[in-house]
Amino acid sequence: MPKITYITHDGAEHSVDAAVGVSVMSAALDNGVPGIDADCGGECSCATCHVMVTEDWWAKTGGPNDSEEAMLDLNPEREPTSRLSCQIEVTDALDGLIVRVPEFQF
Amino acid sequence: MSEAINWTDNLDQTPLDELDPSRQDIFQTPGWESVFARLRAEAPVQYCKDSIEGPYWSVTSYEAVKHVDTTPEIYSSEGSIVLGDQEEDFPLPMFIAMDPPKHDHQRKVVSPVVAPMNLKKLEGTIRQRAAGILDSLPVGETFNWVDKVSIELTTQMLATLFDFPFEDRRKLTRWSDVATTDENSGLVESEEARRAELLECLEYFQRLWKEREGRTEGNDLITMLANSESTKNMSPEEYLGNLILLIVGGNDTTRNSISGGVLALNQFPDQYDKLRADPSLIPGMVPEIIRWQTPLAYMRRTALKDTELFGQNISKGDKLAMWYVSGNRDESVFPEADKLIIDRKNARQHLSFGFGIHRCMGNRLGEMQLRVLWEEIMQRFRHVEVVGDAERVPSSFVKGYSNLPVVVHPL
Repeated sequence: MPKITYITHDGAEHSVDAAVGVSVMSAALDNGVPGIDADCGGECSCATCHVMVTEDWWAKTGGPNDSEEAMLDLNPEREPTSRLSCQIEVTDALDGLIVRVPEFQF
Repeated sequence: MSEAINWTDNLDQTPLDELDPSRQDIFQTPGWESVFARLRAEAPVQYCKDSIEGPYWSVTSYEAVKHVDTTPEIYSSEGSIVLGDQEEDFPLPMFIAMDPPKHDHQRKVVSPVVAPMNLKKLEGTIRQRAAGILDSLPVGETFNWVDKVSIELTTQMLATLFDFPFEDRRKLTRWSDVATTDENSGLVESEEARRAELLECLEYFQRLWKEREGRTEGNDLITMLANSESTKNMSPEEYLGNLILLIVGGNDTTRNSISGGVLALNQFPDQYDKLRADPSLIPGMVPEIIRWQTPLAYMRRTALKDTELFGQNISKGDKLAMWYVSGNRDESVFPEADKLIIDRKNARQHLSFGFGIHRCMGNRLGEMQLRVLWEEIMQRFRHVEVVGDAERVPSSFVKGYSNLPVVVHPL
């Protein structure tokens, strides 16, 4: 299974084995990674699963889709590689993906 | 017995298209939950053929509410987010009642003030104020929790966000109440009197705007609005509209969740016991209180085109009320939904903040106020005891309280 690493605000690294097809958000919640709320349950409508993709992986994850852009656009704490993790699907190509989790979800 | 008390008695016999949850006395009526329970069970998207604001659709299941809320390209917020339309001769444009792109531009101007990084700086202030309020409460006598705690804390916070003259802060409370009322509520004498008070609000804030125009520093809301490209050329109506939005958004909502939490913990004493045994449950209890209370009961949308919604044919121009209060009691999502369960696993999925681009901007501030207040309450009082009936606000939009008689029992 692809490995995904989440670096939380305190610098701690949380690596999880994620099944192909689930979202990066679900993989975090299912494995107890802190800092992701996902209030809407994965429907791109609350923006509380915000993560920043590390530069090296940006080309592989790609940027946000249209509905994701509409939500991210309203977040004043957005960064250039921000994504909503419910919109990133785990694939074999993302084995090794590293994302940063912000201090707060908004 | 008046009709106002009895209208839910024959609920089972009332034709579906006559069920009207938008009645002003809905939440003052015991058994209001059953109105929504029937709609969810029989017709989660239901046409009400007549109401004080004309015909409209009630959307009541969790799934349907969420769908409408996250489909702004069909279900528009433009013009009004309550069933009553804007008054043509007294318009109050505000970004909650706008569609993109204008909504996005205006919202982005003010949202940094309530973004988490800024809130982190405010937590100490909130704690200090909450402690001050709780320490001044009379012990051993009955008082109105709404006035002494709920209103006082939220109003102090709002005054801080606006950098509003502190001694005048109760004006904010009054303007908030006046903005969401109408002449039938007893709060104002007439529509003219209501408008006069709102214009007074505008004049007061125009003075603050002029004082702060051109400032390069200051991250209060007025300085932001007066100096940002997207908002500095606002018309007076638009300025007043957005002020009202921020005042009501920062006032009524948190206020009624503060009161609602006390009421709910008294109604479900096993949950109060659970909290006493483990105050570390407070952060998880906060979203559950907000779910249970649902301080804004619905938001309205207007269909931009003919469409189908869960089997019903919606016509262009139809009004829809998304009943957050009903979706939050949907048993298919929240088992034992009428009960407060302070460690409910999925409480954060509640609809009270809405979902999609109009999701509550101040959600984290509201949550923080509730969390800090409850942390401070638990350090002082073993019981905030409700000793009489709660009086509810006559509104189907604001689900709230005007009086909650309590006695506090110190540890």
